[in-house]
Amino acid sequence: MSKEYETVIGLEVHVELATKTKIFCGCSTAFGSASNTHTCPVCTGQPGSLPVLNKQVVEYAIAVGLATNCEITQYCKFDRKNYFYPDNPQNYQISQLYLPICRNGNVEIETEKGKKSVGIHEIHMEEDAGKLIHDDWEDCSFVDFNRSGVPLIEIVSEPDMRSAEEVIAYLDKLKTTIQYLGASDCKLQEGSMRADVNLSIREVGTKEFGTRTEMKNLNSFKAIARAIEGERERQIDLLESGEKIIQETRRWDDVKGESYAMRSKEDAQDYRYFPEPDLVPIVISDAWLTEIKNRQPEFREEKMKRYQKEYDIPEYDISIITATKRMADIFEETVSLGANPKKVSNWLMVETMRLLKEQEIEPEDLHFSSKNLAKLIALTESKAINSTVAKEVFEKIFEEDIDPEKYVEEKGLKTVNDEGALRHTIEKVIAENPQSVEDYHKGKKKAIGFLVGQTMKEMKGKADPGMVNQILQELL
Amino acid sequence: MANVISDETMEYVGILAKLELSEEEKKQAKHDMEKMLDYIDKLNELDTSEVEPMSHIFPVQNVFREDIVVNGDGVSNLLENAPESKNNGLVVPMTTIQ
Repeated sequence: MSKEYETVIGLEVHVELATKTKIFCGCSTAFGSASNTHTCPVCTGQPGSLPVLNKQVVEYAIAVGLATNCEITQYCKFDRKNYFYPDNPQNYQISQLYLPICRNGNVEIETEKGKKSVGIHEIHMEEDAGKLIHDDWEDCSFVDFNRSGVPLIEIVSEPDMRSAEEVIAYLDKLKTTIQYLGASDCKLQEGSMRADVNLSIREVGTKEFGTRTEMKNLNSFKAIARAIEGERERQIDLLESGEKIIQETRRWDDVKGESYAMRSKEDAQDYRYFPEPDLVPIVISDAWLTEIKNRQPEFREEKMKRYQKEYDIPEYDISIITATKRMADIFEETVSLGANPKKVSNWLMVETMRLLKEQEIEPEDLHFSSKNLAKLIALTESKAINSTVAKEVFEKIFEEDIDPEKYVEEKGLKTVNDEGALRHTIEKVIAENPQSVEDYHKGKKKAIGFLVGQTMKEMKGKADPGMVNQILQELL
Repeated sequence: MANVISDETMEYVGILAKLELSEEEKKQAKHDMEKMLDYIDKLNELDTSEVEPMSHIFPVQNVFREDIVVNGDGVSNLLENAPESKNNGLVVPMTTIQ
């Protein structure tokens, strides 16, 4: 009989902070510029250059720590982690080993199996490395230091997760929390959030941990789920066939659906950490902590509770709207401009979600303004435009953030409320479609739908369907 | 000399430093490192039980920068010192492990 195994998972999550400048120099962190244009002697490791810490990095790290129930290390320092690699110009990375800025936190996650707390071992600040672009043709690599020195926090969890589902719930929780803080945009695909999965297996009921492996190169939630399943199977196969699991770093190939060992024995990891002498200690006073605490935003859970109390919208809608801060902001701003919350929620839940899906855009990248959504809702409420026209106008708002009032005016999309003109058109439609009129009188009530359609067509969609229906019934 | 460095340690340090040393260089490096360790032993003779570990000489803390971009395009300065460059990038031997 085969044994039953339990998967034990801990995560190391790197998050690129949304600062304007790098962690130790005044170079821009803007993404997508030409290679090495955002560099200076500090972030390229030139002899004699000295790092100076970006205060915003410390504040973001503390804010994330507070949001994840961590203890803040009020006296903390940086350390040097030594290794040789072309993307690391100093031959060391400035990181924190001995006194990381946050420790002993936890976040609550929710899966189908219920609620669970995942421990956070520590959060530390560090600098990102440069980027290597490989040229297989020329058999060389190019180094781009634009990313070198971009601030990161590394969030190290306890080995508290037992399934891919829990891992994804945990990542989602971190992502939402950090996005709400505005500390990072947390995009896995673009690398502003990167997760390394530490995984081991053990027989159900055992207390000791098995030998773990570390999996890298996971850049989507789906890849993470597949890698966890793949690694679990690989480790079970090894144990079942009497082999040993080697503690190693493996790289996941999502296309092939398999992983391979990344470091051979010659690349033994020995980082020879020591205190960074170029940076002075950071002392976080109670007053500074309180200041940051007072600035913390309303997080998703609190927001959900408040929405339930304040607005008459379904719980499911609330969970979707509050899933990203951007969407929640649009909702609240539009409501504050006087729009009906239920109507705002409908536009976000139906049309916005549809367009996001169609155009493969993330909710955090929504760029239309609440003002224009509020105007559109006002136009529909006053029956100035009908729902078909409204959808068409919304697509324009979604894409180009146009002013709906102007747009409707310019394109002549306003509903014709001139009853005389409408009556005239309907009379014409009735005269042109005797068959449908006859069907209607014979009891085929559906025939009226056809006549409404014909009228709308004649009116180029600019009539109020309710009014058309009413006049039709009257004339028939 | 009190401290002796084994051949294995020498080999290991070489791997970490990514250096390939000749037999002659290894012998020299071993001798130098043993001398360094002896010197540390001398420091160990001091009683430091009452002294708090220190990582900085100056009693300075909280030196920060505001988050404002002050540096411009540094690419020409950087590439001036590069032995070889192409398309704004420094050219290095192909490195694919990590």
